[in-house]
Amino acid sequence: MSENKRKIEVPVMADVFAKGQKPEYLLWVGSAGAFDDRYKKVTRAFVKILEHLKISYAVLGVEESSSGDIARRAGNEMLFQMQAMMNIEILNGYEVKKIITCDPHAFNTLKNEYTDYDGNYEIIHHTQFLRQLITEGKLKIESGIFKDKTLTYHDPCYLGRGNNEYDAPRDVLNAIPSKKVEMKRNKSNALCCGAGGGQMFKEAEKGDKEVFIERIEEALATNAEVVVTACPYCMVMMTDGLKYKNKEEEIKNYDIAELIEQTLDL
Amino acid sequence: MLNTILFILLWVAAIAFFSWSVKKIRRNIKLGKDIEIKDNRKKRWGLVAKVAVGQSKMFGLPISGILHLFVYAGFILVNIEMLEVMIDGVAGTHRALADVFGFLYPIAISSFEFFALLVIIGCIVFLIRRNILRVNRFWKPEMKWWPRLDANIILITEVVLMTSIFFMNASDYILQTRGTEHYKEVGSFFFSSFFVPMLQNLPTETLLVIERVCWWLHIIGIMLFLNYIPYSKHFHVFLSFVNVFYSKLDPAGKLENMPSITKEVKSMLSGEEPPMEEEGEEVSFGASDVKQLTWKLLMDSYTCTECGRCSKVCPANITGKKLSPRKLIMDVRDRLELTGKNIDKHGKDFGDDKSLFNYITAEELWACTTCNACTESCPVNIDHVSLILELRRYIVMEQAASPGELNAIFNNIENNGAPWQFSQDDRMLWADELYIKEK
Repeated sequence: MSENKRKIEVPVMADVFAKGQKPEYLLWVGSAGAFDDRYKKVTRAFVKILEHLKISYAVLGVEESSSGDIARRAGNEMLFQMQAMMNIEILNGYEVKKIITCDPHAFNTLKNEYTDYDGNYEIIHHTQFLRQLITEGKLKIESGIFKDKTLTYHDPCYLGRGNNEYDAPRDVLNAIPSKKVEMKRNKSNALCCGAGGGQMFKEAEKGDKEVFIERIEEALATNAEVVVTACPYCMVMMTDGLKYKNKEEEIKNYDIAELIEQTLDL
Repeated sequence: MLNTILFILLWVAAIAFFSWSVKKIRRNIKLGKDIEIKDNRKKRWGLVAKVAVGQSKMFGLPISGILHLFVYAGFILVNIEMLEVMIDGVAGTHRALADVFGFLYPIAISSFEFFALLVIIGCIVFLIRRNILRVNRFWKPEMKWWPRLDANIILITEVVLMTSIFFMNASDYILQTRGTEHYKEVGSFFFSSFFVPMLQNLPTETLLVIERVCWWLHIIGIMLFLNYIPYSKHFHVFLSFVNVFYSKLDPAGKLENMPSITKEVKSMLSGEEPPMEEEGEEVSFGASDVKQLTWKLLMDSYTCTECGRCSKVCPANITGKKLSPRKLIMDVRDRLELTGKNIDKHGKDFGDDKSLFNYITAEELWACTTCNACTESCPVNIDHVSLILELRRYIVMEQAASPGELNAIFNNIENNGAPWQFSQDDRMLWADELYIKEK
């Protein structure tokens, strides 16, 4: 098997649309996916999967702007609605129908909240998309690189409790040959990573402990070797937790997209 | 005859006072912002069946869930017996239904006794958990003397009410065997028969007193209890069904829209003049006091039974922050009660220049991650997150008093479309030098 590398030119909506093409999916990168160093890797991993499976997609690129999730949750409704309406204008301009995103916060906001301002799309979280590909047989995982590893999955609040999606990420993990272990608090009882509602961007209020430390301790108690997440904020918090516990060498923190990227050896 | 009159008078008084109390609560709830919740009636009734009647969310904590089921189911079933009590009280009869049901009667009474026993077991274990084991969630800072006493009053009252049934039935049975006038033979009842040896050697007169005292204690106890409930967290026995009916049906992640702002934002984006406020229309962004909250959020506060499941799962509370979702709901109720009392005293336009912010601090509100663990855990579908959001909206949009770090985020989002200070033009840099292995 030859192993040449091909450079990916990520299709940008403005260009694609100008050529009269309409990609099937819009990939909503999100602010964290575009700017956070750690989560950029997840965006890149997911794009590689899309390319590998020859999915028809495009991104908004510089036309994308903050979904407004944080603004709304921090009480700045004015700013949220401005963001929402500007984004919707662009999305509707490109006649977008289906949106995939790796960010549960964008997923929630676009899916449930943009509908109040004529933003009606089918929103798919990347874990749901990956599961669908696996179910359809388009995505086959044969690699056993995680065979001897124990994985534990941390539920992002806005995917889990926020939108009742507990199974898609677990189904994807179950398709990866590996050992799985649940944390004590999981699914609808899962403990938040501590980042939502604008918390990630400010000092925590006075207390005995940081939320992410409480959560990483629970993850460590499972003796898992990989802490799996599916959210940019959870990623930041869990990584911080591992650093705080001096465990970042032994225990890895991956997004589900990265696990797939690795099993496919992209 | 005298007894009958007394009985009827007491009931009339009890029900009149209860209605008066409930009307007050209804008035207070209606002080809230008017919203219409009329959609999806089928789904709502389904929720009532599952969450309220079926107690589905109670079993998130299995021990309390089962014990609560004892008390809940037991109390409802035991009170079927009230039907006979009412007939006897009004008609001056004694065990009027015994003739109707014949041999089934002792079986029915014995099963009521079984449920009474369940209630007693449940309440005693609850008392032990609260006062001796001191289960953490009942000893958080917001559980001051009154919430603790309130819970104990309820539990002890239920134990007394139920115990009186056993003594009443046991003495009744002994009186039957002695052929006492008025105490017709209807047979023995299974659970109270264990109390018979304790009472057997007492003279008939004493037994008559015990039987009558227990009968009246049961009745008057229930009347008093009924009238205590509106002044207690125990009001959940009525409101939980209503509150669950009016649950938020949207996914928990969706936050309530503010149409008033939509108008403004639309005009700003299109460069038109913002629409003039209509005469008399008082637009406030968010809420600083109970009248600016929706009636549903006010109903939430009267439905709360202070179980503390919300705070038990709250990430902020778990890690020692001041935020306790239960406290916020209790604060709303306290504030609303005071607002109601002020209206009673000084008329409906009275303002006391206080607000919810005299009860709830910004520190509590900003500690919330909007993770919805509280709403998920609440057995009666209270929406803590919406309350927190309304108060945050007020702080941000009316007081412009958001924490500095969040202001910086707002500025970044406004100026460069991301919470970080990166230029929007750099939004594609992540895609640079991206390679895939060709296979």
